[in-house]
Amino acid sequence: MTERVETQGISGEHYNFAYLDEQTKRMIRRAILKGIAVPGYQVPFAAREMPMPYGWGTGGVQVTAAVIGKNDCLKMIDQGSDDTTNAVALRNFFVETTGVDTTTKTKDASIIQTRHRIPEENLTKDQVLVYQVPIPEPLRFLEPRETETRKMHALEEYGLMHVKLYEDIAKFGHIATAYAYPVMVQDRYVMDPSPTPKFDNPKMDQMEALQLFGAGREKRIYAIPPHTKVVSLDFEDHPFEVTKFEQPCAICGAEEIYLDEVILDDAGNRMFVCSDSDFCEERRDVGHVGHLGTNPLEAEGND
Amino acid sequence: MSTQTASSIFAKAPAPGLADPVHDAQSVFRSAMNALAQPGTVQQLDILTLSPPAPLSVAATALVLTLCDYDTPLWLDPTLATNGTVKNYIRFHTAAPFVESPAEAAFALVSDTKLLPAIASFAAGNAEYPDRSTTIVLMVDELTEDEGITLKGPGIKTEKQFSIAPAPAMFWQQMQDNSTLYPLGIDIIFAGTSQVAGLPRSTKITGLEA
Repeated sequence: MTERVETQGISGEHYNFAYLDEQTKRMIRRAILKGIAVPGYQVPFAAREMPMPYGWGTGGVQVTAAVIGKNDCLKMIDQGSDDTTNAVALRNFFVETTGVDTTTKTKDASIIQTRHRIPEENLTKDQVLVYQVPIPEPLRFLEPRETETRKMHALEEYGLMHVKLYEDIAKFGHIATAYAYPVMVQDRYVMDPSPTPKFDNPKMDQMEALQLFGAGREKRIYAIPPHTKVVSLDFEDHPFEVTKFEQPCAICGAEEIYLDEVILDDAGNRMFVCSDSDFCEERRDVGHVGHLGTNPLEAEGND
Repeated sequence: MSTQTASSIFAKAPAPGLADPVHDAQSVFRSAMNALAQPGTVQQLDILTLSPPAPLSVAATALVLTLCDYDTPLWLDPTLATNGTVKNYIRFHTAAPFVESPAEAAFALVSDTKLLPAIASFAAGNAEYPDRSTTIVLMVDELTEDEGITLKGPGIKTEKQFSIAPAPAMFWQQMQDNSTLYPLGIDIIFAGTSQVAGLPRSTKITGLEA
């Protein structure tokens, strides 16, 4: 639903629109333009201290604040859901400081800020997807020195990343990286897609919407323009594979989408439901029902 | 202070900037962002009440007021650089330091395509920091989609035809060379009368012979 929330004049009286001062917005906007011009390259920017701790999405919030206008409609998700703590807190932050319309419907939003998921529904060219990124440098856990990783990007020296994936195969028989799975952007930069499950990686390739990434603590912004080539790293004999689920969503019956595991009781019963809450809701609205019915709490054998 | 002195001060004061600095800058930025994210598409700016000194256009002025400040060394073309009214206007509204050398500029404002120096004279960034490059705001009379040279690359689904008028001699050739420097190179934001279009370094240019 799209709703207009009263701001009680807070934005007008106490804060600049979208919290940040205009000089900060200009600095972030310039970094966004550079990021768009060099897809996948991490542009340093002077991230500000925000009224929320690092790790809560300060990078994504700053990017959204620099982009958002009073006619935008904002959707805020955390692990696919509109109702989790991070999503609710950040949505309220923007409602208070901008007074823009908010929505939970993916197709109604002009800006979607996300923590760790890409909506199941295809995005359009009029939408902007803003990611909250904790560690923007895909090579950081392999090489701790920024001076070195910067050189590696400059020289397109990504052998180390392939060695890491190879070691996975040697140890486990398959590439064991399940989230933050590294991608190659437009055949030039290896990029961290933020801790989205690798299930979402194929959606980044040739996406119609503009994708912006903000890392507040690490002070980096990067971007993927629409229709940009994004390839998950792999080997010829171990091609990239998305996660597959054995059962459909327990309450809407959707298949081939990303599912969350929910523990139902102390006896080890569990169910799998859509991680994208809006997608699941829309399906149930048009009559799709999963094997646990629309309300799993009332399902048989669940006391 | 007598009224006469006050009016003489007002007579010398620079023309006003954006009427609504917060929301106007936001909407101009969104147009510029979409322009660079979808190279070769013409983005219409919202209606702005700007009365910049000649020869600046509304679109070019709006871009400079939106993107420049004391952090961005700005290079002006030789005509603008000798125009005191223009310099006062930009200095008053942005506080951007003017630089003599195009290679030192974060932004360049070029009021006439004839005055555009060699593209290679602007900063292209370096291998470790390709973002340390110049963004050129280039004033043109016309921006046309779906005819002219062919653009391909990020932001473009298959390919996109695009043309500017007037196009300086060797301009597209130079931009083609610029794209071979990728990830280094300069980015251009074209400013029409009330439209903008973008040409980032990532865009490949073909169809020059046509």
